[in-house]
Amino acid sequence: MDNQFLFSLITGIFIGGTAGYLGSLMVSKKMGLIAGPLGHLTLPGIALALIYGFDVSLGALPFVVLGAVLIWFFEMRTRLPVESLTAVVFATGVAVAFLILPSEDLETALVGDIANVGVLEAFISVGLSLIIFLILQRIYNKIIFLSISEDLAKVEGIDVRKYNFIYLACISIIVVLGVKIVGGLLTAALVAIPACASRNLSKNLFQYSYGAMILGAVSCIFGIFISRSTGYSAGPLIILVNSFFFLLSVFLKKR
Amino acid sequence: METQNNILEVKNLNVKLNGEKIIEDLSFKVKEGETLTVLGPNGAGKTVLFRTLLGLLPYEGEISWRKGLKISYIPTNLPLAKDFPLTIKEFFNLKKKDYEEVLNILKAVGMFHSDILKKKITTLSTGQFQRILVAWGLCENPEVLLFDEPTFGIDIGGQENIYHLLGRIQKERKMTMLLVSHDLNIVYKIADKVLCLNKKALCFGPPREIISPETLVQLYGGEIKFYQHLHG
Repeated sequence: MDNQFLFSLITGIFIGGTAGYLGSLMVSKKMGLIAGPLGHLTLPGIALALIYGFDVSLGALPFVVLGAVLIWFFEMRTRLPVESLTAVVFATGVAVAFLILPSEDLETALVGDIANVGVLEAFISVGLSLIIFLILQRIYNKIIFLSISEDLAKVEGIDVRKYNFIYLACISIIVVLGVKIVGGLLTAALVAIPACASRNLSKNLFQYSYGAMILGAVSCIFGIFISRSTGYSAGPLIILVNSFFFLLSVFLKKR
Repeated sequence: METQNNILEVKNLNVKLNGEKIIEDLSFKVKEGETLTVLGPNGAGKTVLFRTLLGLLPYEGEISWRKGLKISYIPTNLPLAKDFPLTIKEFFNLKKKDYEEVLNILKAVGMFHSDILKKKITTLSTGQFQRILVAWGLCENPEVLLFDEPTFGIDIGGQENIYHLLGRIQKERKMTMLLVSHDLNIVYKIADKVLCLNKKALCFGPPREIISPETLVQLYGGEIKFYQHLHG
């Protein structure tokens, strides 16, 4: 096993696992679909990163922040539903990306390229994933409380704004890291599918959340290995492995 | 003397949401240990009143709770709780309670059996889940319980149980309870006072004194089909 491959694998395991764990919080109706648009929003940033040759996550970051700020601003001005505004903003992002992106970089931007991850990138990804995981673990119950009822959380003395902000920041960082493995197109899947599969198999919240983490990490391992032996891109393969686990969970689910 | 006994005093309360007046010039008092039912049709501002009392909405006027009260709130039905695969134990964990207390409270609401903590809340019936919510609201011995529609989605038989339960708990714990309902039954079963609300307060006082066919017509707009024997 060469070093490059090892870096890819470790990066995948950590980002995939944390994304899965995060996804278990995002099943609620309010948050379920936000990772997708956020991922698409990163595309212009990824395009710039590929054109000028710097790290795609670094390119993606300002665009996620910009997108989130724009959505927040439009929502404040118009009171339109966040979902609709997110659609407006992310479609714009995708359109811009397609205009400026050279066609030879299209695949990398859309579905990621974990095979070429550098040493520094790998270290930063692992570190950030670990930090996000530990933060999420600490605020997990509070986020569930918030998702169930913000009113109730406020009455119980939970600082709703603070936790919502931390939560959104964690989602943004995972999306930014996720584009490295699965590109701007598939980040939602990286977050959502492990949680769905784990939901089918779990008896309680503990099994569910850590199950999602394990499935997220294992899917990355399989995806990256299959990519190595077949030569296909790892991004789509990781998502397909995830889908396979989900399908399996549907049949294993006790009714 | 009378003011010392008050746990809540509301004076000239006005609440506007998106430019629309939801509550107009509302004044009432709640004494310690009393059960007040806020009665009114859909859209009368009952839930808005609760959320305002809890400090969740901006308002004009005066809301004064006695200082240092422990207030517990149970919103209607809490449907999003079932978005997560929570067991009853994990559901209580969100509030971080010790299990002795949780088990005692579950006994008090008639939801105790050996495997209860491992049961998923998604598998509970509406009535069972409502009992769990009551138990959840009772954690940490609140002095005031605000309960929005205690009988939401429960059939008549189940409703009787919830009234019974709330009445008993109120007596045992000497709690002050504020209930929102559009169900007249609950008023007669457990309320000491009733506040008829339809943007403005249409009546306020002990139910048997103030509820008459006329006030109900005023409150519900003449479509009410409910007959209550006022004697006995």
